[in-house]
Amino acid sequence: MEKIKVAIIGSGNIGTDLMIKILRTSDILEMSVMVGIDPASDGLARAKRMGVATCATGISGLIEMPEWNDIKLVFDATSAKAHIFNNSIIEKYEDKRIIDLTPAAIGPFLVPPVNFEDNINVKNVNMVTCGGQATIPIVAAVSKIAKVHYGEIVASIASKSAGPGTRANIDEFTVTTSQAIEKVGGADKGKAIIVLNPAEPPMVMRDTVFTLSENVDPELIRASIHEMVDEVKKYVPGYSLHQAVQFEEIPEDKPVFIEGLGLRHGLKTTVLLQVVGAGHYLPEYAGNLDIMTSAALATGEKLSKLAFANS
Amino acid sequence: MDHKLYIQDVTLRDGMHAIRHQYTKEQVQEITLALDKAKVDAIEISHGDGLKGGSFNYGFGAHTDWEWLEGIAEKLTHAKLTTLLLPGIATIEDLQRARDLGVESVRIATHCTEADISQQHIEAAKKMGMDVGGFLMMAHMNEPKKLAEQAKLMEDYGADCVYITDSAGALLMDGVIERVKAYRDVLKPETEVGIHCHHNLSLGVANTVVAMQHGANRLDASLAGMGAGAGNAPLEVLIAVIKKMGKEPNCDLYQLMDIADDMIRPLQSRPVRVDRETLSLGYAGVYSSFLLHSERAAEKYGLDTRSILVELGNRNMVGGQEDMIIDVALDMLEKKEK
Repeated sequence: MEKIKVAIIGSGNIGTDLMIKILRTSDILEMSVMVGIDPASDGLARAKRMGVATCATGISGLIEMPEWNDIKLVFDATSAKAHIFNNSIIEKYEDKRIIDLTPAAIGPFLVPPVNFEDNINVKNVNMVTCGGQATIPIVAAVSKIAKVHYGEIVASIASKSAGPGTRANIDEFTVTTSQAIEKVGGADKGKAIIVLNPAEPPMVMRDTVFTLSENVDPELIRASIHEMVDEVKKYVPGYSLHQAVQFEEIPEDKPVFIEGLGLRHGLKTTVLLQVVGAGHYLPEYAGNLDIMTSAALATGEKLSKLAFANS
Repeated sequence: MDHKLYIQDVTLRDGMHAIRHQYTKEQVQEITLALDKAKVDAIEISHGDGLKGGSFNYGFGAHTDWEWLEGIAEKLTHAKLTTLLLPGIATIEDLQRARDLGVESVRIATHCTEADISQQHIEAAKKMGMDVGGFLMMAHMNEPKKLAEQAKLMEDYGADCVYITDSAGALLMDGVIERVKAYRDVLKPETEVGIHCHHNLSLGVANTVVAMQHGANRLDASLAGMGAGAGNAPLEVLIAVIKKMGKEPNCDLYQLMDIADDMIRPLQSRPVRVDRETLSLGYAGVYSSFLLHSERAAEKYGLDTRSILVELGNRNMVGGQEDMIIDVALDMLEKKEK
């Protein structure tokens, strides 16, 4: 199969890391154009050094380039606001698909090991957030076994791994991730928290998932979580359970009060995860970057195999 | 510029930590009205970790923030109703909801090196016509000059006041003075400086007073110290000291003493005091809110609370990382079993 040509819009941390992954690891995707808005950005300079065509005038510049015709897949790693504009242009081209790495969420949320199959024919899919990619598979793994009343996640990332876009849009992280915990993870109610830690040397990304589900045999939940961790590991090798899965029964006579749900009891499951990055653009501590770009790459490759195979 | 002394009570926000966020609506109502009558300038109400703090990670409250806040603003005659928001936990939409319930003033809190995540919230709060304080937590973890640079960012975003927030109760008096001076060096004269202390090294009042002497005018305190760790600067004590210094705060000292002893102390199921555990917070520079969570983890896994707290300090954990308490406890358990 001929490689599928792709463009990346956004030459920040996420876009640059994704570019390096495609260049170094993909047998399916071919880096065609790297698009930025700042000619002096490190991402564009790096793209040039790596032999990738570049464009410093955003989406409007990209569609004027000769490469544009052959591009089948566009990854957008800009910001939620910029994505709305970019999408309005790209959607006019029927032969092109969009993988949205911003929290804009115009299209449905996609978490590869959970709901890829539901979105094979969707033009624009959204990759939720870094914290969402790390934790929603776990919420979904619990949902497979028991009804999840509530799913809560805490993402701790190194300050150095949070670029200006992430910093200026913390609300988008919490809102988008919470929604995806419900829509993709299957929880009745979702909550997301993000914490930035400036420690030196930088701390590796940590994610904690708490679920409150109906009471079932904890061993079934444990097995489902282990299976899911192995699935995620296939495309994010640095993803792991950092501690044994913890269980606690919240008894009916001592329920917890959850905003939006009221009093709830059941089985509390606590999952402590770690995501070590592949060290492609930022060092290993930036697991948040790695899980996002790895999920987008896995999605792009799967889509290419299926959707573009016959064209 | 000489700013007016402004006393903000945090009994119903920081004090939430001391009782696992379990105030009833009636208690909040009753305490607020008593504080208003005693003429404190501002009363902060929310979950201990700010709006929408209710969670497995920080503890679920007995009520939602909205339930605690509603029906309060219209009853106040003197004090401003205020609240707290941590970007990463609550959103602008939540702030709007608090605003609609009559909250006039808000503090936007970030770790002492991460001020830039507060821009959207500070700007939004100003647009809502609110008085806004920037709240730089764990202030002991950033040197004075760099901390002041973060304060300047918050001022640029629109903050009317920026706080030195000694969340770990780890600052000594010199450290407070250096930080207030650094703030005053870079902030505009019209920007106010605030101080929020924890009493873990028994310096809550002393640190507040030296901050005031060097240019801080917004002082945080809570009745009977009701707050995380060994609590905050005890409000009634602070007012007594300030009065003896010849200042004239609005508050009525004897009323505050009565509320502290009659209404607050009976609620303190775990005594709010300097003891082995809370002193360790100040000594190791650990976020005061970790106290009860660490005590619970120690009990559950058969470990020593102080060791957990010290290890959290060694790992440079910052405010909000309560999930890492379980992580530390499990690591210690594994080591112990080997």
